[in-house]
Amino acid sequence: MPSEPSQRVEDKLFYNRYLVDSGRAHIKVRPHTTPSSRLLSMLKACPARCYELNDKGHVEVTVDGCMECGTCRVICAESGDIEWSYPRGGFGVLFKFG
Amino acid sequence: MIEERFDAIVVGAGMGGNAAALTMAERGLKVLQLERGEYSGSKNVQGAILYADMLEKLIPNFREDAPLERHLVEQRFWIVDECSHTGLHYRSDDFNEEKPNRYTIIRAQFDKWFSEKVREAGATVLCETTVTELLQDSHGRVVGVRTDRNGGEIHADVVVLAEGVNGVLGTRAGLRGRPEPDKVALAVKEMHFLSRETIDARFNLKGDEGLVIEAAGTISRGMTGMGFIYSNKECISLGIGCLVADFQRTGETPYGLLEGFKRHPSVAPLIEGSEVKEYSAHLIPEGGYKAIPQLCGEGWVVVGDAAQLNNAIHREGSNLAMTSGRIAAEAICLIKSRKDPMTAKNLSLYKKLLNDSFVIKDLKKYKDMPALLHTHSQNFFLTYPQLFSKAMQDYVRVDGTPKLEREKLMLNSFIKARSWSGLFSDALRIARAWR
Repeated sequence: MPSEPSQRVEDKLFYNRYLVDSGRAHIKVRPHTTPSSRLLSMLKACPARCYELNDKGHVEVTVDGCMECGTCRVICAESGDIEWSYPRGGFGVLFKFG
Repeated sequence: MIEERFDAIVVGAGMGGNAAALTMAERGLKVLQLERGEYSGSKNVQGAILYADMLEKLIPNFREDAPLERHLVEQRFWIVDECSHTGLHYRSDDFNEEKPNRYTIIRAQFDKWFSEKVREAGATVLCETTVTELLQDSHGRVVGVRTDRNGGEIHADVVVLAEGVNGVLGTRAGLRGRPEPDKVALAVKEMHFLSRETIDARFNLKGDEGLVIEAAGTISRGMTGMGFIYSNKECISLGIGCLVADFQRTGETPYGLLEGFKRHPSVAPLIEGSEVKEYSAHLIPEGGYKAIPQLCGEGWVVVGDAAQLNNAIHREGSNLAMTSGRIAAEAICLIKSRKDPMTAKNLSLYKKLLNDSFVIKDLKKYKDMPALLHTHSQNFFLTYPQLFSKAMQDYVRVDGTPKLEREKLMLNSFIKARSWSGLFSDALRIARAWR
C-alpha cells in the first residue's frame, strides 16, 4: 500500500475555520502507563490526526484541529480510555460548507 | 436560567431537528431549538443530496428560495480496481422536470436557510449553546435540558433529541448506548472548487444539471466502504467513508484513503486544477434496522441520525431524518391537542407512525444487509471488484486468444478466488439480504 505523507493532514486542516476554546479541551485521554490497543488505533483512525505518541510512549490528544466527528468516542469512550464531550457552544470547528 | 417554560425543546438544528421544530412551531407550539454551532448548519456535514419529496412535505414551495446546487440527471455506480472502473450509468432527460426529485446541496448553506424557516414559523432558535445533559425528575422522566450557558436549566413538556449520529445526551441519560465501531462509518470529504464551465464540461452537464458518482472496490482497501463524487454548481464534493471498526482493525488512515481515491486514474482528471476549500469528517449510521435504539420514553423522543435512521444501501439519511422529525412533531402536536401528558405510552404514537412510514419499512427490508457486508468486506470490496475488473478487461482486450479459452480462464479465476460453494453462498446471501 502506498503510504501518504502525514504532513498532508495538517495541510487539509489549514482549509478549515476553528474557534479554539483555549484551556478547555473537549477530549481528555485517561492517564496511562501503557496505551491500550484502542488508544493506539486512534493514531491512525483520527481523521485530523489529533492523537500522537509522546516521548514517554503515552498517547496524547491535541484537539485544536478536531472536526468533532466522534470516531475516537466510538472506539475509546466505552472503555474509559478517553472522556469525550462536545466543545462549548460556538467553539470548535466552524464549517463553511459542511 | 431561562424561566420560561416551553412546550418542546429540540436539541440540534440538522435535518431532523429543523423538521421537528418547524412542524411544531407551525402548529402553534411554543418551541425552543438549541444548536451548539455559531449558526444552524455550521456543525453539520453531509455529501450532500437532498430528496425533494420529504422537504416538500414540510416546505411545499422550497424551490423558490432554498439554496439548491444542481438537480441530478445522472447516477454513476463504479466498481473500481487500482487502475480501472466498470460503470453502470443511468442518465435520463426525465429528471429535467419542472419539480426535480433530487438535488445536490451544501449543508452549511442549506441548513442556514432551513433554520430561517423555523424562525419564521415562530420557534425560538438559540445558537452557540451546547446542551450538556437532560434534566430528569425523580422518576427518570425527562423534564428539560441543562446547557452550558450560565445556569442554563430549561424546562419543557417534551425534548426532541435531534443531536446527530454522535449524540451524547441520550447516552449520558442512559436512554441509549454509544454508537458501536461496527455500526458507524467514518467519512472524510473535501470541497473542490472549479469553474462552472469546467464542471459542466468534465461531467457532460448543462444549466443546473448535476451528477453523482458512487464508487466501491479497491479504493477502500478491503474495508466496507465507498467513495462519492457529487457535482455542485461551482465545486465538487469528493469523499470516502469506511466502517470505523475496519479503520480500527486495519490501521488505514482516513486521509490516506481520500488521497488514494483522488489519485485514482478515473478520478484525478475530474478534479485536476481544483482549489480545495474545506476538509471535513463525519460519522454515518450503518447498523440499519437492528441498530435502532428505543425511539421514545417519558418526556422524550429521538429522531434522525441520533436514532441511527440511515439507509446505507440506498445512501439515504437526511430524508429519514426529516421524515422522522416531522412524524415525531406531528405525534407531539396530536398529544398536545388532546391535552394529554407526554408519557412514554402517549409518545409511542411516534413509533407507531414511523413504523407505518417508508423509514422503518425500508430499514426493515435491508435488516440483514449490514451484517453481510460488514463481515465479508474482503470479498465484496476487494476480491470481487478485482475479479470483475479483470473479467471486463479480458472481455474488451483483443489479443488473439480464442473466446472459449478466455471465458474458461475468467471462470477459473472466480472459482480459484472464492470456490464454487463460496460463489454460491455469496449470491444466496445477497439475494436473501436484499429481499
